[in-house]
Amino acid sequence: MMPAPIHLQNIVIDYGGDPIIRDVSGCFAPGSLTAIAGENGRGKSTLVKGLIGEIPLTNGTIDTGGMKGPVMAYLAQTSTLEKSFPFTVADTVILGAWKQMGAFRAVNRALARKAHNALCQVGLENLANRPISTLSAGQLQRVLFARLILQDAPVILLDEPFTAIDAQTTDDLIGIIKNWHREGRTVIAVLHDFDHIRHHFPQTLFLHAQGYAWGATETILPPSPQWTGPHHFASTGHTTSSSGSDQQSSVKTGFAKLRLLS
Amino acid sequence: MTTALGLIDPFIHYGFMRRALVATFVLGCSAGPVGVLLLLRRMTLVGDAMSHAVLPGAAIGFLVAGGLSLPAMGLGGLIAGLGVSVLSGLVSRKTVLREDASFASFYLTSLAFGVLIVSLKGSNIDLLHVLFGTILSVDQNAIMLVGLISSVSLIILALIYRPLVTECFDPGFLRTVAGTGPFYHLLFLFLVVINLVAGFQTLGTLMAVGMMTLPAIVARLWTRTLPRMMAMAAFTAALSGLSGLLVSYYFALASGPAIILSASLFYGFSLVAAPHGIFAGRGLFKRAIPFSG
Repeated sequence: MMPAPIHLQNIVIDYGGDPIIRDVSGCFAPGSLTAIAGENGRGKSTLVKGLIGEIPLTNGTIDTGGMKGPVMAYLAQTSTLEKSFPFTVADTVILGAWKQMGAFRAVNRALARKAHNALCQVGLENLANRPISTLSAGQLQRVLFARLILQDAPVILLDEPFTAIDAQTTDDLIGIIKNWHREGRTVIAVLHDFDHIRHHFPQTLFLHAQGYAWGATETILPPSPQWTGPHHFASTGHTTSSSGSDQQSSVKTGFAKLRLLS
Repeated sequence: MTTALGLIDPFIHYGFMRRALVATFVLGCSAGPVGVLLLLRRMTLVGDAMSHAVLPGAAIGFLVAGGLSLPAMGLGGLIAGLGVSVLSGLVSRKTVLREDASFASFYLTSLAFGVLIVSLKGSNIDLLHVLFGTILSVDQNAIMLVGLISSVSLIILALIYRPLVTECFDPGFLRTVAGTGPFYHLLFLFLVVINLVAGFQTLGTLMAVGMMTLPAIVARLWTRTLPRMMAMAAFTAALSGLSGLLVSYYFALASGPAIILSASLFYGFSLVAAPHGIFAGRGLFKRAIPFSG
């Protein structure tokens, strides 16, 4: 199924007090790759939960263009997954095929093959029978991405998928997100790291105290090294967000130089 | 030689011991797996409360039938148990009270009411039998009923296994792929209640829940995959039944506490020796796979 555009019209969400999301309108185009950014408490997760219908909209409408059924695959920021549960990696991944197997149908050979392929894509094909309680945070996130792959949804929503995840895993998972983008799926991800957004996400929805900015990433987050927030309003506290990966790339080039010298 | 003979002797000579043994074995087969899910759904104490809640129903059944009749007590217990769970569900949905609080208030009321009913009309011996079980009362019909309950439980459990397990593994995920409703939860509560009823005679209403919780907890300490955990819980329940019945026979003790204390011994041993017990990784049996995170 190809994704339809997702139109947001005057979305307002509150939890009974001041609105968290104030009057957001716009459109996620079919096959677009959008980052949702902004300071903590600006309602990034709230907006995503509103999109999948986990929390009700106070006002406004979301038009998913006639897409029916569970078209949105969603990875929560703090997963409700019980990590100590006596499940293996394979048990967890195969749940992504819920659409095909439902509550009662058997897991057939085709589904098992798909699950195996998904595990191969995230590089965990050798851990299929490992209990999930023995996985590292990065490995568990890979498992959850494999489950998302198996869900095969036209729209994929990710809420801070790289928090507390090692650099290598982050790189690999960004590869999978770009793969989804190439396949024509609509992908929306809440992210903190502006470097990731600038390099990999063509569209950005930035939520801030005065409202929001939504459009091409290079206009919303101009690529300036001294940049501390969207250009049309003053912002603080974003200066450290890109230093980590800069350091890493310098380490990498350092290694390259060493190798050339020896 | 004599000890070995002593282990099987009571079952050879007495029909009621044989029937009690069959009843506990069969009960273990379903109470074990149901208990594992109870444990994984973090509902162990809800199961405990439920066992108190069934008492007035069981007591009324006891009075109507004029003794420890499993069908009469079972039906009464079923109605009382489901009534309390539905009422507590309603109260927790309509008020600020969480489900544990409403469960606690309902089961206390229910328990007090039940004890009053039995002590008003029956003797103290009757009360002891209702609360703590007596193996002498297990007749042919009772075994059939326990067998029926156990079979039905296993069939229902097999049917709703995937949504039930997924719901406790990752409720948020199940909501996004399948929506959610109270249906499976209610069906599961039904399974808990009928398995409590099945344990009425050998274990007593107060102790019946022990056949679900303790073996499941023991299994949790030893294994890390769900099918193995369920098999081990069933096995532990059956083993506790066997040793409990023997102790009950030789020392003339109520069978319920004897069986539950046997299970407690397995629990104590597992705490020390099991790979996921207190001395995790340093116990008698090391972990198969070391933790990496």
